[in-house]
Amino acid sequence: MITLSDVHKSFGANKVLQGVNLTIPTGESMVIIGGSGTGKSVLLKCILGLVTPERGRIEIDGEDVTRADRDAFLARFGMLFQGAALFDSLTVWQNVAFRLLRGAQKRPKAEAREVAIEKLRRVGLKPEVADLFPAELSGGMQKRVGLARAIAAEPEIIFFDEPTTGLDPIMAGVINALIREIVVEMGVTAMTITHDMTSVRAIADRVAMLHGGLVRWTGPVGEMDASSDPYLDQFIHGRAEGPIESVR
Amino acid sequence: MILTRPLSITGRLTLGFLAGIGRATLFAASTVANLVRPPFYWREFLTALMQVGYFSLPVVGMTAFFTGGALALQIYSGGARFNAESVVPSIVAIGMARELGPVLGGLMVAARVASSIAAEIGTMKVTEQIDALVTLSTNPMKYLTVPRVLAGTIAVPILVAVGDAIGIFGGYVVGVNRLGFNSSAYLKNTIDYLQTWDVTSGLIKGAVFGFLVTLMGCYYGMNSGRGAQGVGTATKAAVVAASILILASNYLLTTLFFAQ
Repeated sequence: MITLSDVHKSFGANKVLQGVNLTIPTGESMVIIGGSGTGKSVLLKCILGLVTPERGRIEIDGEDVTRADRDAFLARFGMLFQGAALFDSLTVWQNVAFRLLRGAQKRPKAEAREVAIEKLRRVGLKPEVADLFPAELSGGMQKRVGLARAIAAEPEIIFFDEPTTGLDPIMAGVINALIREIVVEMGVTAMTITHDMTSVRAIADRVAMLHGGLVRWTGPVGEMDASSDPYLDQFIHGRAEGPIESVR
Repeated sequence: MILTRPLSITGRLTLGFLAGIGRATLFAASTVANLVRPPFYWREFLTALMQVGYFSLPVVGMTAFFTGGALALQIYSGGARFNAESVVPSIVAIGMARELGPVLGGLMVAARVASSIAAEIGTMKVTEQIDALVTLSTNPMKYLTVPRVLAGTIAVPILVAVGDAIGIFGGYVVGVNRLGFNSSAYLKNTIDYLQTWDVTSGLIKGAVFGFLVTLMGCYYGMNSGRGAQGVGTATKAAVVAASILILASNYLLTTLFFAQ
């Protein structure tokens, strides 16, 4: 279980997170929604320790993340980045097996390659892709490779940062379906950041809406449409008019 | 208000400059600390060694060759005023080994390597590849910075040694073919007057310059701003900082090695 209590983070005068409280139960898929610049990615980076919050406490299974052994802590995570963040200088299989080729989870090269090809197959990519470089792949294929890398070391928790941004609707649907399948199949705790409502409905067990540095609404995805919260209502229906100010 | 504004700007710039020096010093200390702690990424180190050393050979070699030739011509025309044309071989050799080899080699590597390292790491930063490294339990300092800085510290002295030889050869070609020196006398003069310390001091300078150049490339890359403009600014800053540090440290090392 991931628990965030009163998490604050500012960048200069810009107060991005102003006391976020959120619980993500083990084995559930939580989707964080909110407009651009509301701190969704910052929240995710705070959990991973990529950004240090000024105040508040973040716990995973009751353990304060700032006190946990860093390598052991990160070994529990997989992450799919917004732009896939594949390493240009490495081939696709080396990207997927990155964690299996070094550090505590190191395996023989042949075995790591085998695992990488199996994970590529899992995300719908053929073994021939394994020896290509990321620059030779389309955006959708890069996202799939990123997904394969996220699941390669069998993590307990997977984060997805804007998984469908920049993809056509069909490829976005494929990625959404893959994420849902993988989350259910592996039984992992998942946290996804998106403002794509199709993704929300496809991926989420629970939804949390971030606005003004706070969690504005949280609940099961099935209750989202029936909520009377005007902020959530405006966001999920994409209305220009409402309490969320939009720049025209 | 109008009178105090220039003072306020000067103060802000000075504090910013000092803070920058502090951050770069801490970055250097962290690099050295990570160098002596495992793991060490051999593959990245060998790739960096090729990038910094082997692929810089043509540019350093050509620079040294033409500089050696030009130096021979200058010393000959200058020496003619005092009937001292015969010092051309020894001055070319000493000048190349002590000063021009390491400084010009360092500057060429700064232009070629500091820029490429800053652009590569800066792009990795803006495309979240550095964050990805962290989430994959890999310390970016160990994976990106340590191999490059170590490769620079080892490769640049080798480049300087090769550059010295090519520069002296450039002086020899001009001396023998244009200035009428006897081939064997030119070589004998070069060998007789060149001392081991002349070469060694240049190689030490090369190691220091290699460390500084790669360190600046990594430092500015890791601290790159967002987008293409951020990477461009980081690249430019890395080359400027590396070049200035080479010239400043060259003065300090020359003072240390040769001041009477």
